[in-house]
Amino acid sequence: MYVAVKGGEAAIANAHRLLAEARRGDPGVPDLAVEQIAGQLSLLVDRVMTEGSLYDPGLAALALKQARGDLIEAVFLVRAYRTTLPRFGAGEPVDTGAMRLARRVSATFKDLPGGQVLGPTFDYTHRLLDFALAAGGEVPAAAQAEPEPGPAPRVTDLLAGDGLIEPSPPEEGAPVGDLTREPVDYPADRAVRLQALARGDEGFVLALGYATQRGYGRTHPFVGEVRVGEVEVEFTPEELGFPVPLGRVALTECQMVNQFKGSAAVPPQFTRGYGLAFGQCERKAMAMALVDRALRAEELGEPVASPAQDQEFVLAHCDALQATGFVEHLKLPHYVDFQAELELVRRMRAEHARQGEGQGQAQGQGQGQGQDHLPSVEAVE
Amino acid sequence: MPTATSTRSPPRTPETEQRRAVMARCALATREELRAALDRLGPVDGAEDLRPAETGLVMARGRIGGDGRAFNLGEMTVTRAAVRLSGGETGFAYHLGRDREKARLAAILDAVWQRPERRAAVEAALAPAAGRRAAEDAAAARRSAATKVNFFTMVRGED
Repeated sequence: MYVAVKGGEAAIANAHRLLAEARRGDPGVPDLAVEQIAGQLSLLVDRVMTEGSLYDPGLAALALKQARGDLIEAVFLVRAYRTTLPRFGAGEPVDTGAMRLARRVSATFKDLPGGQVLGPTFDYTHRLLDFALAAGGEVPAAAQAEPEPGPAPRVTDLLAGDGLIEPSPPEEGAPVGDLTREPVDYPADRAVRLQALARGDEGFVLALGYATQRGYGRTHPFVGEVRVGEVEVEFTPEELGFPVPLGRVALTECQMVNQFKGSAAVPPQFTRGYGLAFGQCERKAMAMALVDRALRAEELGEPVASPAQDQEFVLAHCDALQATGFVEHLKLPHYVDFQAELELVRRMRAEHARQGEGQGQAQGQGQGQGQDHLPSVEAVE
Repeated sequence: MPTATSTRSPPRTPETEQRRAVMARCALATREELRAALDRLGPVDGAEDLRPAETGLVMARGRIGGDGRAFNLGEMTVTRAAVRLSGGETGFAYHLGRDREKARLAAILDAVWQRPERRAAVEAALAPAAGRRAAEDAAAARRSAATKVNFFTMVRGED
């Protein structure tokens, strides 16, 4: 337990001044503008917005600058700022089918209405460091072509027409659970699970998604579609009574198509997992879709045997801010707590020594277990 | 309670649709473009704040599977403003971001638009901003279109 301490004010103030100087770096190098971070480290900004659960590229970029590029610290700053603002309400659900597509790929169909658009992607690059970037200089203008008119429906909507894929759970107008307002109750419904995964740590969600591919909760996934682009967002204020267009947000959506399932009543059909994130966060949206599907194990009559299928395990641990708070608090002063434990160990050792004197050398194997296994660890290393 | 707001849109009239279109133009314009639009309209008498412009949050929602039940994705910063003109017309603006001045300019434009005889003028004043945005959208669509790909499935060998 952390017990409040007093003192250290001067040292703390000086540490923060030192932090400011360290953050600035070499004064001979130009200061980094927030606009440069937003414009040139945009995927990092998108990740801070997604995990910070706040769409505002300028704030995310500022948070990254203040955090010296520490992603979780930036998420912390954004989440803290969020608590200072009133909530006007909830927006209308976005229509990802009407997205202005910057990118759209499918691993299941090569010919889709609307086509496959690679957009700005790292896919198919050779991952060779480009030293020309270190030298700076002009970037050649992007190529242009005549866009194909017509809609680009979601791939899952195409499959749904034939009944080959399960439909999305229908809208029933019920209140939408919000984990920022009410604590999570288990079992949590899918909407709350998706909210938790959307703001969850990308590394954690990625690792769990990967684990399902390796056999810990296998779901046999295909990427039905990944789409990246901008959607209109709308909000209905009470004083107006109609949805007001707020502007556009960039989103990444992943439709995962998974192993089929049938029963006496329902013929076999593919099941689905869903991922959605702010900005261009493809890895996150894909991992989220994998874990969303894994978390549906119970609903789909599958054994719940792996971490990615365990709601409490996933939802209680996916938030980077909660995780870092609990892990990092260990470095704060625990002097009183530790003094108590020190006292306890001293007493136990004294007791142990007294027993040893009484019973002679026959007690040798009763040594502390920690000491017993230490030599074997060294041997392995 | 905000978490229980309806996920269905209320019915809309043609007039509402027209007003929404003007609001969308304002939301996608820059602050400077809105200022220029107001300059084009000439002096607006006595716009006073019904409510000082303020920044808050709106929860963005998605739908499970893209078209299913709603879920909360994350919040967005939104700035709102409300004004009243000396003639009694009220105007509102809700915009993504934290630009209070921009929201207030848009609220004034919305209020002026409430006078039926001024509608065409407001829409014309916003035309340059809409044109700039349309040109940018078209250029982005052309750049994306150049990355459209046709994959061919190769026939496998004997294996």
